[in-house]
Amino acid sequence: MNLLHFFMENREQILELSLEHLWLVGISTLIAVLIGIPLGILSARWPVWNRPVLGTANIIQTIPSLALFGFLLPVPWIGERADRLAILALTLYALLPVIRNTYTGIRGVDPAVIEAGRGMGLTGRQLLLQVELPLALSVILSGIRVAVVISVGLATIAAAIGAGGLGEFIFRGLAMVNNQLILAGAIPAAILALSADFGLGWLEKRMRPR
Amino acid sequence: MERIPQAAPVIEFRNVAYALPNGKPLLAELNLQVESGETLVLLGRSGSGKTTTLKLINRLLAPSAGEVRVNGTASAQTDVIRLRRSIGYVIQDVGLFPHFTVERNIELVPRIEGWSAERIHRRVEELLQLVGLEPKIAERYPHQLSGGQRQRVGVARALAADPAILLMDEPFGALDALTRDELQREFLSLKRRLNKTVVFVTHDLREALRLGSRIALMEAGRLVAVLPPEEFVRSGDGLVAAYVQAFADGCELVANRGSV
Repeated sequence: MNLLHFFMENREQILELSLEHLWLVGISTLIAVLIGIPLGILSARWPVWNRPVLGTANIIQTIPSLALFGFLLPVPWIGERADRLAILALTLYALLPVIRNTYTGIRGVDPAVIEAGRGMGLTGRQLLLQVELPLALSVILSGIRVAVVISVGLATIAAAIGAGGLGEFIFRGLAMVNNQLILAGAIPAAILALSADFGLGWLEKRMRPR
Repeated sequence: MERIPQAAPVIEFRNVAYALPNGKPLLAELNLQVESGETLVLLGRSGSGKTTTLKLINRLLAPSAGEVRVNGTASAQTDVIRLRRSIGYVIQDVGLFPHFTVERNIELVPRIEGWSAERIHRRVEELLQLVGLEPKIAERYPHQLSGGQRQRVGVARALAADPAILLMDEPFGALDALTRDELQREFLSLKRRLNKTVVFVTHDLREALRLGSRIALMEAGRLVAVLPPEEFVRSGDGLVAAYVQAFADGCELVANRGSV
């Protein structure tokens, strides 16, 4: 009951930090999608791009998050504000699942369908927009879903550089050895991750071609 | 017994060769003419170059040497998108767009070509009737159709923009014997009604004899003979005779089993 009491008392701050958290995740996912889908298309269409693009995204993924925040600190405009820094870092992490799933989704389209489309005289652009992307959509969405779930977790670390979000409770709780504070950050973060997972999963299922 | 074509050929291969990017040759010295309104069957075993030959016509492949002429123009000199839209293309795996209804599948090219909605609608109805499908099927998705229905839709889609040439790559190969028989019969009646020039790929001699006005036998990337069906079965050419013999043996086997 203690915990519930604590939640009720601090509900405004919890809500505020949750929204901040959501904003960090939302904006970085959006940027990752805007960059990642074209890169995925590029590497699916021209295999020469496949290794450099996916390789780079892979390497980024292996950098520990705290270290990445540190690396980005000296970057001119980015390093000036903690939230910019956090958004950039989260974007970089979200790129790999988006690029990889775009690539896999497009490559996974039935070759007979592609051949029929080309044989009918569809241009490359028509084939991409009317056939390949619609058929790859559910796979791309599942990549975005993975990116969002990872980002919700990672964004808690953004508090370490003062970018806000639910991580603030967690770090404060760790410093003060206060479990209620830690849970005040961890529980809403878990709820955010689960609902994003559920919502995007539902969307993905609806978009799945039969 | 070369037949002298009366009019300019619709499709013409002049000394065409095709090799894979890694240099492996698939076709050599191909000279072939397809006349207006005929059904030319490309017959041969797997890997003989039939499909390669077909794909050279709509330029899904480009020849490494020689030229392919369609309607008197070298295909290398025509806009490849225009060329493909003027040629219907049907493949064994059909390749219907799974996210589109039957109607959207059929109307894709007319829609891209900017036909009016009303004209498109009429055309879809007309085509469904032509290939023997009920109008209500227009709203269905490909996964809700049987194999035979799917291939009928494939044919309707290929005919949508009324191309003068139709390329068919083993279109009935994946169907059961009864459905295949039915579709072959319908192909013949369709062929009589619409005066299309058809190039038809198959490895089935029975199908070739039934549908072809001429049969072109291919072996290891070369053209062995081009003969009308009645001459094909009597030909003295070794490879042609071997093909016919293998087929006849199959029939005999069936006949013998029946008599025991």
